[in-house]
Amino acid sequence: MNSGIDVQEIFVRSLVDLGLPPGAAKAIWMPLPMLLMIIGATVGVLVTVWLERKISAAAQQRIGPEYIGPLGVLAPVADGLKLIFKEDVVPARSDPFLFTLGPVIVVIPVFLSYMIVPFGQNLVVTNVGMGVFLWIALSSVAPIGLLMSGYASNNKYSLLGGLRAAAQSISYEIPLALSVLAIAMMSNSLSTVDIVNQQSGYGVLGWNVWRQPVGFIIFWIAALAECERIPFDLPEAEEELVAGYQTEYSGMKFALFYLGAYVNLVLSALLVAVLYLGGWEFPIPLDIVANWLGVSEANPIFQIVTASLGITMTLLKAYFLVFLAILMRWTVPRVRIDQLLDLGWKFLLPISLVNLLLTAGLKLAFPAAFGG
Amino acid sequence: MNLAEGVQVVSFSLLSLMMLGSALGVVLVSNIVYSAFLLGGVFISMAGLYLLLNADFVATAQVLIYVGAVNVLILFAIMLVNKRQDFAPVPRAWIRRAATGLVCVGLFLLLATMVVVTPWAVSTQVAAGNSAIVAIGKHFFNDFLLPFELASVLLLMALIGAVILARRELIPEQPTAPAQPPALMLPERPRELVSAGASRSAQK
Repeated sequence: MNSGIDVQEIFVRSLVDLGLPPGAAKAIWMPLPMLLMIIGATVGVLVTVWLERKISAAAQQRIGPEYIGPLGVLAPVADGLKLIFKEDVVPARSDPFLFTLGPVIVVIPVFLSYMIVPFGQNLVVTNVGMGVFLWIALSSVAPIGLLMSGYASNNKYSLLGGLRAAAQSISYEIPLALSVLAIAMMSNSLSTVDIVNQQSGYGVLGWNVWRQPVGFIIFWIAALAECERIPFDLPEAEEELVAGYQTEYSGMKFALFYLGAYVNLVLSALLVAVLYLGGWEFPIPLDIVANWLGVSEANPIFQIVTASLGITMTLLKAYFLVFLAILMRWTVPRVRIDQLLDLGWKFLLPISLVNLLLTAGLKLAFPAAFGG
Repeated sequence: MNLAEGVQVVSFSLLSLMMLGSALGVVLVSNIVYSAFLLGGVFISMAGLYLLLNADFVATAQVLIYVGAVNVLILFAIMLVNKRQDFAPVPRAWIRRAATGLVCVGLFLLLATMVVVTPWAVSTQVAAGNSAIVAIGKHFFNDFLLPFELASVLLLMALIGAVILARRELIPEQPTAPAQPPALMLPERPRELVSAGASRSAQK
């Protein structure tokens, strides 16, 4: 197992060679991956919005955005610019302070969660030991912001939307956490890097999706519900609630909700890729490829190729899942709120408990295959 | 003092300020919704303090359970009830307030003395860091098994109690209403302009 490129170490060492003290070099390094991650997440959102427009157009036999840039790739940028220049309306008799704070609280945890998404052995903002558990904890903060904006809008549709969002988020967090727990049990760790490493070695056959097919489906359903995507977009169901908690929002505050929703979707897809589809692993183990080509694994060019292939693989897997989510949005009808809660509590929760129990049993019975 | 220590001192003071400020807000702000949101602030800053003490797992669990579950449920309850009533002004309210303040200051002094006087057995061991989960898990299933299981039983009892309360079979008999005239109208409460910014309307 090669350790891959350590950009941080190279950067810090070269700054120290320039005559800076090591502490200062590290302090200069620290904001760089964070900034890169924020920019990456935002660009990912732009790509996702463009995909959503194009795929929805294809699903409805339209062309979709065409003239804004080649193939309409600049359409999401135009959307963003429009939202920036729109008037920022705070409705009368609302609570302006909570009204402003709501979208902020929704967006910050989502961006914060990006720090645990690995793109390679060392290509991660921070490899914290809590890993996926941190993500689950952070994603549980968002309902507070939703409740806050629903309440502060002083509008019954907003309040209903906020309450629905919180109820949905709480109910689907439990199956989500239980299916992550099954993965953690197999990997003996919560760290995302360790989880990917545990799946490596056998190429596509070693990915968790074969060992945890039920967990994969539960996780994907629960993640879609957490992102409030159709078929689970009850909090903003247009036909019932105007736009749910977003009803009164416009301009930049609405843009924050919009951004948060899409960042969350990409984040969930990335985490499905990391937890179940082998993260940055290529379908064929790369050391075998290196043997075929007769290149040593320590070869710098090979390492650069490996690292960029890792990033590409993670993004490809994640965007495949994003594609599925978008396709689902334009093909599947919305469930009712009672069906949604029934599905969460009466179906997914027992199934995920059984899945956990089975995983524990299999781990005891076949420690070699299920991470002893 | 190097960079790491400086960051630690600054974040400790910021977190303490945040925590004390929002805790005071929870008690002193008259709007109950603000109090509930500020409670979330208290929990978050407490998680930050745990993080400063190298207790990652406890900090994450604090965010998950207290902010993500307890505080959301409190908000849920408040918003579902959403009852705003102004309390009737009590004559000589200041006596009550002074008495409450006195009791609170006394309690604070008592606890502060206890904290200062007690010889705390401060552990000199290096913090467990990332292997803390393993250590906590071992403790749960070895020497702390009984409290752990008792806590689970307690939670199970609370769960079943909640289910029984929610599924009360005693639905009062609906009085057979006289045949209503077929009016094309949805029964709706008269809309009351309430909640969030009611206190601000005076300024406008």
